[in-house]
Amino acid sequence: MADAFVIETADLRKTYDGVEALRGLTLAVPAGSICGFLGRTGAGKTTTIKILLGMARPTSGRATVFGLPVDSPAASVDIRRRTGFVGDDKGLYDAMTVRGMIRHTAAFYPQWSRELEEKYLRRFELGAERGIKTLSRGMRTKLALLLALCRGADLLVLDEPTTGLDPAATEQVLQALVGHAAERGVTVFFSSHQLADVEQIADHVAIIDRGRLAVASGLDDLRQNYRRIQLVFDGDAPAYTFQTRGVERVKRAGRVMTVLSSAGIDGVLGEARQLNPVSTDCAPVTLKDIFLETVAVED
Amino acid sequence: MMFRPNASSGVPIYLQLMEQVKHAIETGALRAGDQLPGIRPLAEEMVINPNTVAKAYRELEHDGVIELRHGAGAFVTGAAREKKLTDRLRAGQTIVAAAVDKLRARGVTEAEIRRLFEAELTRLTAKGEQRG
Repeated sequence: MADAFVIETADLRKTYDGVEALRGLTLAVPAGSICGFLGRTGAGKTTTIKILLGMARPTSGRATVFGLPVDSPAASVDIRRRTGFVGDDKGLYDAMTVRGMIRHTAAFYPQWSRELEEKYLRRFELGAERGIKTLSRGMRTKLALLLALCRGADLLVLDEPTTGLDPAATEQVLQALVGHAAERGVTVFFSSHQLADVEQIADHVAIIDRGRLAVASGLDDLRQNYRRIQLVFDGDAPAYTFQTRGVERVKRAGRVMTVLSSAGIDGVLGEARQLNPVSTDCAPVTLKDIFLETVAVED
Repeated sequence: MMFRPNASSGVPIYLQLMEQVKHAIETGALRAGDQLPGIRPLAEEMVINPNTVAKAYRELEHDGVIELRHGAGAFVTGAAREKKLTDRLRAGQTIVAAAVDKLRARGVTEAEIRRLFEAELTRLTAKGEQRG
């Protein structure tokens, strides 16, 4: 794939009945990455995915997948042909059996892989003759994932793929995703609020908050560069605005000032010295911390 | 080989993987000429990102610990054992750097840090002499 980014949006906006679901989302998902798309419920994750797959029209702004505009009907057909999608409702027909659903789907995709189909049928222990109506939530997710993996897609888009799954089923789903990404070099874009899943398999993360991008980074960069610095003062912590690059949040509570930095500790420490703190402490930050610090909490 | 990354520690997973490979070589679990698992099987087994495994392998090759033979896979180099000393020093440097950062963060000056290190080494030497 020649393009550096498989998914790109610029100032994307979507308003439903006067409610702004997206408020200028600018996002880029690198080709060949596994990108975790994080945000609180209602932050705009599903709306973004719907727009990318032509299931909703943006109010304004630009979005492309494989460099193709998502709001052109002809391009959208092409996008969906090259994309495997696992949505919330899984798009399964209750009246069919597992095998019936597979044959029905395979008929639409000339590049369908029978080899992968058999591999995942076995690995997911789906039971080809079972009726879809009788499948558990985890089974339905695994079947939907099988349908998305076998069609020879260049991009997998998954909306909350592990929500409601037990740990064993979650591990099976994640394992299929990394295995597939390694073998076929596909790009995986998955929304989640399971931070542990994202930390485990993603190499990029995008955090969306209230319809806007809050953080976008390689996960290794995040681990290496995000630090929390705690400064303790003799009296009340001073009201001070840092000039150094990468200061994401400053919180003051009594004698303590806590600084979240996305650019290591040196800049903040250098500047903090002139404030004469009585003690200073630095600690790495987990993805959970970053998530909690960057998304707005309702009050 | 048992690689168990900790996804939620602040350390990038590719660095953890590199450390574990180096550790396996130091303990003799991996020897010169041994083949490492392929990127895809290892990513799948550990359920981590294949790009992360590829990055760790590239860095290990850059450090001379492994050799990537095109199409054949990754192999522990003969030089790996000789690398032990430099690796140990490099690991030590990381520890010292972290300690120095912490001290500086607490407002300890460079001269004071130097004195602290020297005092600590002197104390060790003194202890050794007492015993001997």
